[in-house]
Amino acid sequence: MPAANATASAVSDAPASATPLVEFNKDQDLSAYKTMLTIRRFEEKAGQLYGMGLIGGFCHLYIGQEAVVVGMQMALKDGDQVITGYRDHGHMIACGMEAKGVMAELTGRAHGYSKGKGGSMHMFSKEKGFFGGHGIVGAQVPLGTGLAFANRYRGNDNVALAYFGDGAANQGQVYESFNMAELWKLPVIYVIENNRYAMGTSSTRSSAETNLSRRGVSFKIPGEQVDGMDVRAVKAAGDKAVAWCRAGKGPYILEMLTYRYRGHSMSDPAKYRTREEVDKVRSTHDPIDMVRHRIIEKKFASEDDLKKIDASVRDYVNDAAEFATHDPEPDVSELYTDIYR
Amino acid sequence: MPTDILMPALSPTMEKGNLAKWLKKEGDTVKSGDIIAEIETDKATMEVEAADEGTLGKILVPEGTQDVAVNTPIAVILGDGEKAGDIKTATKVEKPAAQQKAAESAPPAAEPKAMPQPKAETAVAAPAVQAANDPAIPEGTEMVSMTMREALRDAMAEEMRADKDVFVMGEEVAEYQGAYKVTQGLLQEFGDRRVIDTPITEHGFAGLGVGAALAGLKPIVEFMTFNFAMQAIDQIINSAAKTLYMSGGQMGCQIVFRGPNGAAARVAAQHSQDYSAWYSHVPGLRVIAPSNPADAKGLLKAAIRDPNPVIFLENEILYGQSGPVPKLDDFVLPIGKARIARPGKDVTIVAWSIGMRYALEAAETLAKEGIDAEVIDLRTLKPMDTETIVESVKKTGRLVTVEEGWAQSGVGAEIAARMMEQAFDYLDAPVARVAGKEVPMPYAANLEKLALPSAAEVVEAAKSVSYK
Repeated sequence: MPAANATASAVSDAPASATPLVEFNKDQDLSAYKTMLTIRRFEEKAGQLYGMGLIGGFCHLYIGQEAVVVGMQMALKDGDQVITGYRDHGHMIACGMEAKGVMAELTGRAHGYSKGKGGSMHMFSKEKGFFGGHGIVGAQVPLGTGLAFANRYRGNDNVALAYFGDGAANQGQVYESFNMAELWKLPVIYVIENNRYAMGTSSTRSSAETNLSRRGVSFKIPGEQVDGMDVRAVKAAGDKAVAWCRAGKGPYILEMLTYRYRGHSMSDPAKYRTREEVDKVRSTHDPIDMVRHRIIEKKFASEDDLKKIDASVRDYVNDAAEFATHDPEPDVSELYTDIYR
Repeated sequence: MPTDILMPALSPTMEKGNLAKWLKKEGDTVKSGDIIAEIETDKATMEVEAADEGTLGKILVPEGTQDVAVNTPIAVILGDGEKAGDIKTATKVEKPAAQQKAAESAPPAAEPKAMPQPKAETAVAAPAVQAANDPAIPEGTEMVSMTMREALRDAMAEEMRADKDVFVMGEEVAEYQGAYKVTQGLLQEFGDRRVIDTPITEHGFAGLGVGAALAGLKPIVEFMTFNFAMQAIDQIINSAAKTLYMSGGQMGCQIVFRGPNGAAARVAAQHSQDYSAWYSHVPGLRVIAPSNPADAKGLLKAAIRDPNPVIFLENEILYGQSGPVPKLDDFVLPIGKARIARPGKDVTIVAWSIGMRYALEAAETLAKEGIDAEVIDLRTLKPMDTETIVESVKKTGRLVTVEEGWAQSGVGAEIAARMMEQAFDYLDAPVARVAGKEVPMPYAANLEKLALPSAAEVVEAAKSVSYK
């Protein structure tokens, strides 16, 4: 359980995690760096394609929050499930879904993960254990609890991760889920990505209890706050929560203190916070920069090695964008497929 | 190659904007995420971040320029070793014709190459739905009289015996043996792993059931009544019904939502609503509403096996009604097939669930007055067996629909529209709808009776369309 006085109001002040972080070895640091960078470059490219009119509708970027999903994914094993809301591109890439398929879905093309019929907020990969991509705030929480129910029903030791934001944390169905999850000891980790703004409303203006790790207290669900900008802290907390769930002890809440650099969606000018606030996080606590500096400091790789990684990531993302730009739109016959099976 | 920075669209509807300010100047180093300019739209001022790295080689659109079309190159980024002299704007953007509009006003340099038009933008016909006929019941099959309640319970028990992934959850389904005793005995046979009492949290457990179905289990979610399912309707529609489509066919949801629907007796407005029209409006759902024990059993078994989300609308008043059910090892009926409950030649009456009571009673009365009514039990509301109704109307030329729900946007309204589309030339009179009165259900016994449809109203409607 977190210390009752855990103060973590400003991400840039490096919040303390309840669980001590464990240093990464070379492979872990390099792998985390590469995946986080892939997510960031992917999102930047998505923002660019949106600006060109190639991506329509809503497009919620994950830039700034990369350490959360990458650290959590490092704590999982095959057969574990992941489900999230609509800020979901990072989760898909972390789950191992191909950037091409994700980007082609964003552009609404035939070889997108949902054949162009789902878009940014609705993508899935059964193979990779990714259960969406859900557009209704909070709806993924009972769904994720149901994934955990299925694990328990089948008697396996898999764990479901249900991600949601500080905004969704105020939805009633979240607490209905908490109650059932603890009552039935379901192996689900509620990962609250607290990026401090529910669209334009800061958590202090929308939440009576802003320490969201305590939201499970009346359901007897343990919870803790985690420095969601430090991938090592995320992984350490994730390991602990996963072990708790696999041991059959029921659900666990991890509140990831994180920050999104961009607006809520592409059409949000983000005037509810200052540029200085964003810059402060970016310059002092950027999840990718921190890993990069560590890699250099520990001599896990040289600047040149990292430049090569940067270039390969950029190529990978550019290939995805190229594919997503030229892939055809779905055949008109797809209009009436996949309604029933 | 030098990379163009294009005037971005910052909302789904933006076509042009003002380039308010450059935050970088020519020769500055730019990296991903740097804010390079500010753009004003009619709604807000937005920041433009760079997505590429290099040197800002040339600013093509000076700050202060108004009405810059989306996708116009506004600057050029040079990579390592590139010089400003290499710049020639050559943007290639391919975008679907449907998104072309936003770029139409762009200058020629930025004009996107049109995507090949999809071959046939003409309307695609929805696939026709055809259901199999009822299976022939072998001669000599014993018919057992049982209540609707027992038939539903037996259907669940048989399917649970056959498939270990089928389980039932809901309020009071286990230890209490069902609020209406529909799940009686299931806990004793299958145990508390598969017969699960939930807290009173419809939204939560409906969502949990959908999640379990996405993971491959086959839940039967009982709502104590469908009135309470309004708390859960987001999960039923947005999560259960739409996910297969939104996942391009990857993520199916085999789940049955069942429970009593419509008015019981003297429970007033919040507990007396018919949701037939609500759910049958939604693509991705199947909606079933049986009127008798045999149909209830055969269709619930079919619903549990169906790989799609199924809304199974029962009726509290019918739970205790007995009727003959064939004693067969595996009696399954086709979803989407209506049944002619009473053949006739003068007027067609379409009903389902408790509406069949009024319909059949009316047919008896009409017969005494020399009007031979054909009564169709729709059984499945979605997909609707329009063909059976059309064939009947071809014969009778007259149609009356019966439903407990309100008339506006109701199932009867849908049937009337379909007959106008598909059987217009066969109709000898406008279709008549007998429906619940458009009021919240009153509590007082006399008013409640007036609010509900009745056999007398069906008789009157049948006579009216017969001009008698």
